[in-house]
Amino acid sequence: MIRIAMVGLGKMGLSHHAIVNAHPGVKVVAACDSSGYLTDVLARHTGLKCHAELKPMLAQEQLDAVVVSTPSRLHASMVEKAIARGLHVFCEKPFVLDVRDGERLVSQVEQRRLVNQVGYHYRFVGAYQEAARVVASGALGTVHHVRAEAYGPVVLRPKGSTWRTAKNEGGGALYDYACHAVDLVNYLVGPPAAVGGVALNRVFSRDVEDEVYCSLYFPGGATGQLAVNWSDESFRKMSTKVTVWGSNGRVSADRQECQIYLREPHPQLPGVERGWTVRYTTDLTPPVWFYLRGEEYSAQIDYFVKSIEQGRLDGQNTFRSALQADRIVSMILAQAQGAPAPASATARASEPAGARGILARLFG
Amino acid sequence: MDRVLFGDNQFFGVNHMSEEKARAQAMRFQDLQAVIDVLDAAYREGIRTFMCTTHDRVAEICEHFRAHREKYPDYRFYPCMPYAHKYANAVTEYGMIDALRRFLPDEGALGAMMKGGVALAAKDVRAIIGLLVDAEMKMFQGLSTPVIFVQNVITDLLLGLGMHDALRFFAEHVRERYDAEPGFITMNTPRLLDALDAQGIDNPIVCSNINRLGFRMCGGIEAYEHAIATRRFRPVAMSVLASGAISPREAIEYVCAQPKIESIVFGASSAGNIRQTKQLIDQLSVAG
Repeated sequence: MIRIAMVGLGKMGLSHHAIVNAHPGVKVVAACDSSGYLTDVLARHTGLKCHAELKPMLAQEQLDAVVVSTPSRLHASMVEKAIARGLHVFCEKPFVLDVRDGERLVSQVEQRRLVNQVGYHYRFVGAYQEAARVVASGALGTVHHVRAEAYGPVVLRPKGSTWRTAKNEGGGALYDYACHAVDLVNYLVGPPAAVGGVALNRVFSRDVEDEVYCSLYFPGGATGQLAVNWSDESFRKMSTKVTVWGSNGRVSADRQECQIYLREPHPQLPGVERGWTVRYTTDLTPPVWFYLRGEEYSAQIDYFVKSIEQGRLDGQNTFRSALQADRIVSMILAQAQGAPAPASATARASEPAGARGILARLFG
Repeated sequence: MDRVLFGDNQFFGVNHMSEEKARAQAMRFQDLQAVIDVLDAAYREGIRTFMCTTHDRVAEICEHFRAHREKYPDYRFYPCMPYAHKYANAVTEYGMIDALRRFLPDEGALGAMMKGGVALAAKDVRAIIGLLVDAEMKMFQGLSTPVIFVQNVITDLLLGLGMHDALRFFAEHVRERYDAEPGFITMNTPRLLDALDAQGIDNPIVCSNINRLGFRMCGGIEAYEHAIATRRFRPVAMSVLASGAISPREAIEYVCAQPKIESIVFGASSAGNIRQTKQLIDQLSVAG
């Protein structure tokens, strides 16, 4: 039985907690979160042992691993404390905000031979895995262009008061949405060597970007484009799509399906014919033991648990792999800083009056 | 419960196979009349129950049914709450506690307002659940809602967290306040049945994917078949077509061959598909 503690019980933390807790090979020993509200409720209704801070929890509990789902700016220091205790670590994405922190942590986990994984759950979605398989087979011929897009309805009005909308805490569409798209690019074709033409636009937010656009330049001469907008209400939820073009065809994947077009069949990709082949989530998704929000969330936790059981250190979504995405993000930021300050895409609407209501004022 | 329930995924751009198809449907059903036309087509086939999420647009549908009671004298809604993306997006925007605050009553009587605030301050989970259910139920006022479901993302979150008493609080509130049967949507039926048993919720209505492919049937298709055959609960089958991955006849043959499944929920956008599926269920139910 692997003993795990949950670090951070926000939206992702709670979701991970439910999945980890349902895993037959794991015991959730304790959790910590600075919100006494939530830990009180959980302690009272589930008997979970809760701590307000990480340090005492690490000192008091007998643990094998931690799942870190705190706001992004806290990842580096918390992960480092866990490593120092010899614990295996699953960390939510993005891994770190400062690439130097990430490099230090990579060398620490590798030296200590600890299992390390970052929550890029798209790598556990059947359709993206299929796209990666198609690209890796070489069936597309010479890859010359990649497009990664992510759209969704996160920030739809000039308001917002969480760390996700605070620039120095790892908020903004770049860290929240774009890093997923960047990681998919890295997964499918490897990381770009340079970025250019960066636009970080605000639509509604005051402090952070709501849109991210840039070009990607790959070592072999291929190019790519990144297009991200978390202020698009026409999407019901986050929607991420990646397309790879090669001299012999293209592959396009989102969470639901993988569409392949081959000009000529390829010996490395048996069963895929000339023209269109479409494969669906329903066929590509292996079952999981517990389902909460999508098979991929459960699959990545199970993968982490199995890595610990098997001593697998070179698996999917290692710190080293996730740091590649952080590097691209920091390249995008560096480019943006060289460019003029982002212009406001729309005139700022005035604050909606009384949006928080009397309740919030009474108890806020 | 009727043998056949009509679902609503097609109206709100939910499709497990294709985002393009989902968007095309969202465009088509942007017009309320297009939705009503499909519900009318289902009504003509004898389908009297609409099992729907508490999406904002369902309020407009409810309004139509309230305004035309004489046309649908025996119509029933099975609300499924909440429409989860509404909550998820609010949590991202406002944080967990502020988001919760926003969904508790902040209008009308000072009493309701205070009740929400006091429940929140006292961390009274039972009272908070009651208030959240009431907020979601507002749109169904004056309509028949004999079964009220909690959506799988909430059922399964509580199940995973081990917060099983919250499932009982939901059940008790729905019975006491709405004289309705509680229903639980889940992707983890065998595990949920254990939790509901332990909470003393007898013979619960449990709605989950039941299809020949075993698609999103966590615990495995054998565990589901075993549970359906041996355990005391009232199964409702959804996603029987596995989003179109199986032929309708095969799909419905499989579900109808399972003993004890009380109801089958399906959604469709055309009168032809509704008729075909309804007739298949009627025909194979008699045969089974």
